[in-house]
Amino acid sequence: MTTAYKRLIDPRMWFMGTFSHGIHPAENKQYTADKAIQRFPFAPELILPLSQHAGAPSVPIVRPGQEVVRGEPIAEAAGFMSVPLHAPATGVIKKIDLMPTAKGPRTLSIILEVYPGDSQEMRFYQTRNVDTMTPQEITQAVQDAGLVGLGGAAFPTHVKLSPPKEHTVETVLINGCECEPFLTTDYRVMLEQTDDLIEGTRIFMKALGAKKAIIGTEDNKLAAVEAIRAKLPADGSITVKAVKTKYPQGAEKMLAKSLLNLEIPSGGYPSSVGLAVFNVSSTAEIGALLPVGGGVIERVVTITGPGVEKPGNYIVAIGTPLRFILDQLGLKGGSQHLILGGPMMGSAISSLDVPITKGCGGVLVLTEEDTRGETSRGVHPCISCGKCVEACPMHLNPCNMGKLAYKHRYAEIAESFHLNDCFECGCCSYVCPSSIPLVQYFRIAKSANREKAKAS
Amino acid sequence: MELRASPHLRVSPSVEVIMRNVVYALLPICAFSVYQFGISVFALLAVSVITCLLTENLICRLSGKTPTTGDWSVVISALLLALTLPPGFPLWMAAVASFVCVAVGKMLFGGLGFNVMNPALVGRAFVQAAFPASITSWTPYMLPGRFAEFIPTSLATPFLRPAPLAEWIAGKPLDGFSGATPLALMKFDHVPTDSIQLLIGTTAGSAGETSALLIFICGIYLVVRKMMDWRITASVLLVASATSGIFYWMDQSIYPDPLFTLCSGGLMLGAVFMATDMVASPVTPWGVWIYGALIGFVTIIIRLFGGLSEGVMYAILLANASSPLISAVTQPRIYGATKPKGTE
Repeated sequence: MTTAYKRLIDPRMWFMGTFSHGIHPAENKQYTADKAIQRFPFAPELILPLSQHAGAPSVPIVRPGQEVVRGEPIAEAAGFMSVPLHAPATGVIKKIDLMPTAKGPRTLSIILEVYPGDSQEMRFYQTRNVDTMTPQEITQAVQDAGLVGLGGAAFPTHVKLSPPKEHTVETVLINGCECEPFLTTDYRVMLEQTDDLIEGTRIFMKALGAKKAIIGTEDNKLAAVEAIRAKLPADGSITVKAVKTKYPQGAEKMLAKSLLNLEIPSGGYPSSVGLAVFNVSSTAEIGALLPVGGGVIERVVTITGPGVEKPGNYIVAIGTPLRFILDQLGLKGGSQHLILGGPMMGSAISSLDVPITKGCGGVLVLTEEDTRGETSRGVHPCISCGKCVEACPMHLNPCNMGKLAYKHRYAEIAESFHLNDCFECGCCSYVCPSSIPLVQYFRIAKSANREKAKAS
Repeated sequence: MELRASPHLRVSPSVEVIMRNVVYALLPICAFSVYQFGISVFALLAVSVITCLLTENLICRLSGKTPTTGDWSVVISALLLALTLPPGFPLWMAAVASFVCVAVGKMLFGGLGFNVMNPALVGRAFVQAAFPASITSWTPYMLPGRFAEFIPTSLATPFLRPAPLAEWIAGKPLDGFSGATPLALMKFDHVPTDSIQLLIGTTAGSAGETSALLIFICGIYLVVRKMMDWRITASVLLVASATSGIFYWMDQSIYPDPLFTLCSGGLMLGAVFMATDMVASPVTPWGVWIYGALIGFVTIIIRLFGGLSEGVMYAILLANASSPLISAVTQPRIYGATKPKGTE
């Protein structure tokens, strides 16, 4: 049953908040939505890039040959815009070397050989009472846990907990929209780790001094809304609310508009309008981690797509190579297109040696059949149909921007057409009947502008 | 494994599919026109399509590009051009119009996506200026024997003056055919035509403009398939009826009523199929409304006060030319736009 049809017959879905524009790609969540989270076995070797987050890469504090215990810090934060890294399994450090990553260039990574016979018990932790911690202590503890946005951006969470002094955060938004097709990570976390989610929300509220929190999700996940509602604290400080299912509802700017009708100003932060936005998986993770100490060493990953034999939602140790995952789950049907993340914003990868990192919530395997429609289409000139203008959630004008980008007039796009407000959701490319790679052009334009700014 | 940048999915209809569907939407109108005016219109459509296809192909070859006729857009231009011509329009002139339509209106600017104006209307404007007599020679509808016999002017020898139609029409068993379109009758003689006749198309006029109702239904098909911008059509029709309504209210004896305005002449065909030409219309949300309003307003002003009885063509061409300007001044307000300093 499609969400559009459900919307007709389910009165709960009749008056949903939303933002204007956006698109409705096929949801494709049926592969894994009803599959409970399972633990994935440890790979014999884990690859841990030092740069799994936005900001400065972590600095290793282990040497090759050193034994490490599961949960032990193996790299420390390089300053404020950085987080430490913890050993996802008990084993021995094999080497620290350049390894391929999803981003493209090879980056420095710690390679950990897992002891096959080890029980992999958590032996590295310190319990603490969250209720007696001050906001500063919580923020420090969040950084020590190595937490980054698990929704995909991998932005260090403690930075969001330290808003500029002139801003006060009144409302914490917990983002459970998961608008990317195929992915069900956040949905399963909301259903199965509800207590951790509520605890994490309280921790974030305390750290920011916020009075209320809203857990927002899309109305194709009403089961999660009910599950959370049953566990909400009695004081009413935390509420849960569904918004209309639409891509890119999970972008923090869209969610702020849909839930509270607030617009985060261009170039500003959510805290400019009194908000702080966190992903549900990050929130549940901190709710589970902070009371016992320890760091982010594993995460829930949806491994899905028509090309996977046994799709599902799995707890995977950070650093598990894709080759190991796909060997275990099996490929089928001439699978040929491998994507880390969702189909709209995820990155295609060429090597199976790429590991699962903190920001990776999904592995999507598409078959030759799924991508045939895409590959067989030729690119036509822009016919000014305006579909991209109708789709852009930021209300930009991708049509004009695309024409300028085609002529390499990158500076002009930034000056007159708000290039830097584009968050690369890909709606414009998705709807373009001429198959013009619009968002791809804009990425090039942004980096060309950055290079130019650097050079001058 | 293949590497591609996100997004990895795309399901929207391609340019070919959109263009092909516009052709489908035009086919019922062509069929009705052939039924109404006979084989002359069939020949007109055929000459136009063939000339346009050949011209585009030739120019692509000359300029060393892969022929772009496969995107179907040239067929739309060809059909639209033929539908705006009088049924008995000499075929050689139609070929000239088709050549100008594609060569000057479209390929000179760089082909699909780069034309400033609607190619079909460029072609028509050219022959309107070049052959003013032929383009205003109208023939009766539903003539007996229309499937067996060409209208004599259709087969006129190139570069010679076509034989006058009056004698040929006089030989037909008809009474009271005035040789004018309902618009011309209204404008010059103040003879109104019944709106029902205009709706179903039992009037004289250009080949494809007679039945407003049929054109409207074909337009709805495109709107339902999301291949046409209904806002432009709505804006044209609303403003046209509002403008003519004001004049009608001022003096009912001279000016036509709004329903007559909507159903007569090429307004419906123009509003549904030509004003909505994606390439030559603005893309901004406010821009499309302004663009449509401009067409509706100028059409009525030309019809009521200009020298011509019909003004849709020049109104659309004028609006096409203003489209970049309209786009430029109606850039959308972006999400989270901050007010410029000093305005708060």
